[in-house]
Amino acid sequence: MQADREQLLDQLLLGYEVEQFYGREAELLDSRQFDAWLDLLADDIRYWMPLATNQEAGNWDREHSREGQDLNWFDEGKFELEQRVKQIQTGLHWAEEPVSRTTHMFSNLQVEPRDDGHIEAATRFLVYRNRTNVETDFYVGKRRDHLRRDQGGALKISRREILLDQHVLLAKNLTTFF
Amino acid sequence: MRIESPRRYTGDLVNLGQGLISRDIFTAPDIYDDELERVFARSWLFVGHESQVPNNEDYILSRTGEESVIFNRDRNGKLHVFLNNCRHRGMRVCRYDKGNSRKFMCPFHAWTYSDQGELIAVPKLDTGYHNELDRSKWGLIEARVYSYRGYVFACWDAETPDFETYLGDLRFYFDDYCELPDGSYGEWEAFGGILKWQMPCNWKFGAENFAGDFYHNPSHASVDQVILSPAGTKGRHTYDGVTKQRDAWKLNIAVTPQGHTSRGQLFKDDYDYMPTYREMAVVENYFRDCYAKRQAKLGEKARWFGHGGTIFPNVSYSNGVQSMGTWHPSGPHQTETWRIFLAPKAAPDEVKAVLRHYVIRYQGPAGLTEQDDMENWGSSHQGARGTIARRHDFHYGMGQGHEQEGWPADWLGGEVHATEDVSEQNQRAYFTRWAADMDRPPTADRIHPPTNAAEAAE
Ligand code: FES
Ligand SMILES: [Fe+2]
Repeated sequence: MQADREQLLDQLLLGYEVEQFYGREAELLDSRQFDAWLDLLADDIRYWMPLATNQEAGNWDREHSREGQDLNWFDEGKFELEQRVKQIQTGLHWAEEPVSRTTHMFSNLQVEPRDDGHIEAATRFLVYRNRTNVETDFYVGKRRDHLRRDQGGALKISRREILLDQHVLLAKNLTTFF
Repeated sequence: MRIESPRRYTGDLVNLGQGLISRDIFTAPDIYDDELERVFARSWLFVGHESQVPNNEDYILSRTGEESVIFNRDRNGKLHVFLNNCRHRGMRVCRYDKGNSRKFMCPFHAWTYSDQGELIAVPKLDTGYHNELDRSKWGLIEARVYSYRGYVFACWDAETPDFETYLGDLRFYFDDYCELPDGSYGEWEAFGGILKWQMPCNWKFGAENFAGDFYHNPSHASVDQVILSPAGTKGRHTYDGVTKQRDAWKLNIAVTPQGHTSRGQLFKDDYDYMPTYREMAVVENYFRDCYAKRQAKLGEKARWFGHGGTIFPNVSYSNGVQSMGTWHPSGPHQTETWRIFLAPKAAPDEVKAVLRHYVIRYQGPAGLTEQDDMENWGSSHQGARGTIARRHDFHYGMGQGHEQEGWPADWLGGEVHATEDVSEQNQRAYFTRWAADMDRPPTADRIHPPTNAAEAAE
């Protein structure tokens, strides 16, 4: 009984920590502190958003394009994400100049510590983007992260899978981070 | 604003004698409706690459104009393009983006079609139709299909000339695109998946931009300040390091009768291979080897270094990233772009990996370059809609009167115009063709299709 309770408490604490972490992350993105956001990513992060297609029953495992093989909306690492940030910061990236207003929301958090020390964290996301006058997009989907601690114990994102629930992308571009 | 009907295009809305084009051609709903009939229903339209349906009975969904089509390879290996539209009440008979099947069963009343388009099963054919339905007359509606070096085009008009005539003198440039890096014709293989996304602009903005807008380079200044090229150097093109150090004509090429276009560079001399992928030995060796073979094979013509262009009306090919981007019309104010990327099938995995990684960061909605293009086109489209703005035509006069023929090399093509650096020659050729098609009304049977035999007999 006591042991169960302690395990539950550990999970609660971890869940709380991860929730706070994601809250901070959203705050950084939505206040355009992109360099600070990059600091939350492990140097070897894989950032992957596949395409979603309509598949026959029995082939649901083929719904998403494959990482490392097929076309994807994103399939890259930290260096490439840094280039995206730099591009926005040039002030000449017209798709983000003037910059978008974004609100990143997440919910349905589930955390699962793994034996090798990393934490799996699954959420649903809703990213709202509004820019220039009336241009507005909603990006909704599922996010599955791997988190791990650096030497100082701080959480870093070492893997992010982003499953956007759209076949034809309804927005004209993907200039926001997820 | 010009609202009188019927409209005239050549010399009026498309007034290229003055270098002017009315903004209405991008926004007016009735012009858009006419385009579907006069441009899309007549042209050879790109539907996909053979490698997207590698095995017998493979299919993918594609589009021609606004309409969904099934592009498949039947049980005997023959390619088909069918309207994805049930002959009974028009439901889509195929609702999966990709698959392998010998038949397509309509979900509504279960009419079933074969992979060759025949209507093979109709429920209650006896008790409902009293065996009075002639199934042989109610197969899927099928387009003409032509595979040009693996790139597959479809056409709905029996009177349109064959694809190679339609292609005209673009052949040299499209062949250059179809060549493998070693200058031979061989197999390209599309990466899995198709980028599909919506753009808030008329479909012609993408088509004309890719046709020849070297002039818009400043809008990509931000990409040139970061590292996109797999060479690991600043800039967006793998070939930046190459082309900047060579003496070349930077050319716009317009195939004048057909309105197809190309952009590229013609080197003034033969050059040695320039190391590009310094830290990737396999990739470097592959391209070095290909370069030598291409030089040996093509001789002087290897000096042509194609960048891409537009095949009238709505597909743009991009060399280097080896993509085909199709601008599907989705109403006057909306475009659904589909983009595929290909790699040489026999290339080492390392080469394919580098290419794939590069191309999806270059083009498409997450691509560092194309993102800015869409910003441009979306805003141009809005800028074509204003009541006051519409009174003022767009300027298409850059470089007019400076087109040359048989220059800088006569082997660049017969009915071809060339201009150097920035010029709107290609856009003019594109819209001249467009206007000619728009001025040609559909034949009578296309305007009012007879609804029954009695009406047809009148
Ligand atoms: S609509 Fe297809 S069977 Fe009726
Ligand atoms: Fe561009």
